[in-house]
Amino acid sequence: MAKQRRALPGFGLSLGVTLAYLGLMVMIPLSTVVWRTAELSLGQFWSTISSDRALASFALSFGAALVAAGINVVMGVIVAWVLTRYEFPGRRILDGIVDLPFALPTAVAGIALAATWAPNGFLGKYLHAIGIEGAYSRLGVIIALTFIGLPFVVRTVQPVLEGLDPRVEEAAAMLGATRLQTIRRVILPALRPAIVTGFALAFARALGEYGSVVFMSGNMPMKTEITPLLIMSKLEQFDYAGATALALVMLVVSFGILVAINGLTWRAAERRQAIRTPAEPAPTAVPPGAASAGGEL
Amino acid sequence: MKGRSRVCTEPVWVRAILMIVALGFLAVFLVLPLGAVLYAAFSKGLDAYIAAVREADTRSAVRLTLLAAGIAVPLNVCFGIAAAWAITRFKFPGKRVLVTIIDLPFAVSPVIAGMLFVLLFGAHGLIGPWLLGHGIKIVFAIPAIVIATSFVTIPFVARELIPALEARGPEQELAALTLGATAWQTFRRVTLPNLRWPLAYGAILCTARAVGEFGAVSVVSGHIRGETNTIPLHVEILYNDFQYQAAFAVATILIGIALATLIGKSFIEWHAGRGRPSH
Amino acid sequence: MSRGVTWITILLLAISSLGMGCSSEKDGKGAELLNVSYDPTRELYTDLNAAFTKAYAAKTGTTVRIKQSHGGSGKQARSVIDGLEADIVSLALAGDIDAIATKGLTDKAWQGRLPERSAPYTSTIVFVVRKGNPKQIADWGDLVKPDVKIICPNPKTSGAARWGYLAAWGYARAKLGGDEAAQGFLKALFANVPVLDSGARGATTTFTERAMGDVLIAWENEAHLIALHGGDAYQVVVPPRSILAEPPVAVIDQYATKHGTAEVAKAYLEFLYTEEGQQIIAKHHYRPRNAKAAAATKLPTLELFTIDEFGGWATAHAKHFADGGSFDRIYSR
Repeated sequence: MAKQRRALPGFGLSLGVTLAYLGLMVMIPLSTVVWRTAELSLGQFWSTISSDRALASFALSFGAALVAAGINVVMGVIVAWVLTRYEFPGRRILDGIVDLPFALPTAVAGIALAATWAPNGFLGKYLHAIGIEGAYSRLGVIIALTFIGLPFVVRTVQPVLEGLDPRVEEAAAMLGATRLQTIRRVILPALRPAIVTGFALAFARALGEYGSVVFMSGNMPMKTEITPLLIMSKLEQFDYAGATALALVMLVVSFGILVAINGLTWRAAERRQAIRTPAEPAPTAVPPGAASAGGEL
Repeated sequence: MKGRSRVCTEPVWVRAILMIVALGFLAVFLVLPLGAVLYAAFSKGLDAYIAAVREADTRSAVRLTLLAAGIAVPLNVCFGIAAAWAITRFKFPGKRVLVTIIDLPFAVSPVIAGMLFVLLFGAHGLIGPWLLGHGIKIVFAIPAIVIATSFVTIPFVARELIPALEARGPEQELAALTLGATAWQTFRRVTLPNLRWPLAYGAILCTARAVGEFGAVSVVSGHIRGETNTIPLHVEILYNDFQYQAAFAVATILIGIALATLIGKSFIEWHAGRGRPSH
Repeated sequence: MSRGVTWITILLLAISSLGMGCSSEKDGKGAELLNVSYDPTRELYTDLNAAFTKAYAAKTGTTVRIKQSHGGSGKQARSVIDGLEADIVSLALAGDIDAIATKGLTDKAWQGRLPERSAPYTSTIVFVVRKGNPKQIADWGDLVKPDVKIICPNPKTSGAARWGYLAAWGYARAKLGGDEAAQGFLKALFANVPVLDSGARGATTTFTERAMGDVLIAWENEAHLIALHGGDAYQVVVPPRSILAEPPVAVIDQYATKHGTAEVAKAYLEFLYTEEGQQIIAKHHYRPRNAKAAAATKLPTLELFTIDEFGGWATAHAKHFADGGSFDRIYSR
């Protein structure tokens, strides 16, 4: 193959390092899942992943992740709105704390949540009094997943909100829109790509979560058993092939979600490139923390 | 509201409700659990707290955690730089697949991640028997913890650098090259300084995650007390030993690191000009 | 930027020290033993190890350092099979050590190498209830009452849960006549279980710290530990009939030979049978084999049946705990 002349140096080295590292650290380990699962016949594979217990765990893992991500979308937009648009004492501190679930280890999050929501916990005892179990229930799983997904929507929506041109809002108001209409038809659509990305990120994160959920769910088969726990269970019973079969399903789904997120990101970036006018210089400092999707309008 | 005209703000009652909802949500979901840990950690007084933190097994857990992070973070920083450079500065087929693969550890459940390495390096794994035959122990020993920690933190630096490099464009590097700089000079004096803040930011996130990783390390560690327990694992052990106060006390170390991470992040954001006035 | 060079240097140094660290196992001065144990024995082995180290140093002059690992019995066995280089295992049931022996890591006839089927002590499964025993739990039959919430670990991973499961089965089979009835009884029992922890200690935490459940199914030694730690918030209830649990110990030949610790490991296990060892065992609320030490414990006598009633662990495991066994059938629709 003729050597392609590139203006910038370092292609070979950088790509080589990247591929080698990814190959060693990601691709080879992932291939062991396929290798081990291949020990099962197709029939065995199917019966493993379609067993009652597995299906119940999928339903819980996916369902709870969806609900938690949904809650985070609603609350995330509200929190982002409040943090960017309103002034109040302690705003900066609160803004910083939003990232806590991201920085806090999952095990600590787990015991902290359990301490709060268990029947004898700070808040759990009030819920228990009215018959709701905050921990060791599906609600407990949802609470844990909401906690760890909290920063994602907030952090993807915030930069977009900050970058919104107030002149557009003023124009809408000038043209007779009520505040609610402006929000619904001007602002929210502009936020949509960021919201979708944030949702997908929160969902992907919630799907694989183990450390915090294991302290908050009851781990009851068929009821409050998440898929990673079922995988752990199978591992501990020496059923490696079964564990990898379940892991394969989760990996395929996670991969699918990632592809979807990245697809959205690229499309948004391309749209942004297309509408950037020549007079506008490229930004010199990208605010750290801005996910690739959701930039200026 | 800085410079925002009255027609672009909500009525007071709407603002009040939104604020109550948002702050209430944050208080219930974030602040309270944090408070619960702090309360429990100090429930037996300052002396007990200090004793728990200074205990031998805790210290060895801290050492192991720092070792794992100390290897995982620089490794992934180098990888992140290489990957971001390759992806943003060149055109080649399969770029999107590559980016997705880089993101994969982010979406893989930690339990699965740990399991991967047991399958690979365990006594009945793919290359485990060969390694063990040569006296190289990976699983249930420190190397596996380091590897598992590195795996789960792979995306963090790359994900920060890629948008940063993309936004910047290659103009400055091209200019440097035309002015006679060598490749390495360009890299060292043009590219890297510009990447200072995203790099630091990514490294901080990477460190926070490396220190706090639980699921993957739990699967590959042998839970050997005083040897193969990181701080999060040690917290779990103390919790299971009826030593709740000690468990929460050690947990505050992790909270301290988390808060330091947040402060570092805010510092960087402030420096990088995030508080731009709206135009 | 010279910072990059510094980083790379640090990285290389770290990697090389890692490489050196992972291939050297023995440091030569004194011996090191790894004891991979089941969940609730933490306090027991802290004391036993201290006593053994002292006695062994006095006898031979060698200082032994004993490292401990604890977890659900099944989980620990899996780890050993996967490469956790235990010199000794002290697990909850013989079946878990059999699984290790089947993989060739130790002699298949391991159980005969030490007295009393390699179990230096026994224990049983009892109940822990809250102060005053408000739900009036006295026997296994009370567990299936509709308003009773039971905390029990997961039989798939925990030794305590497996012994407890079989104890309940044995009770039901005798009382209600036959295995069919027993299956129904276990189904009703687990319907009352809201949380399944992976190990005995996890279940204890749920019962005590998280205040869940009315009754905890636990090891006898664990039950007494709970009562001790809890002031008078908890009571131990001993059912009239329960299973004789025989947690065995074994040297893992492959690893002990590799580490050169076979002698020390054997001496360590033999120490468990000595008077001193048995007294420490009694102190921690286990039932020692030694008659004198046993007399010193104030543990109640109850009617105990053994695993032989179930045909041994291999049969019991296949019938109850393997995939599709009776425990799985409880949860299938």
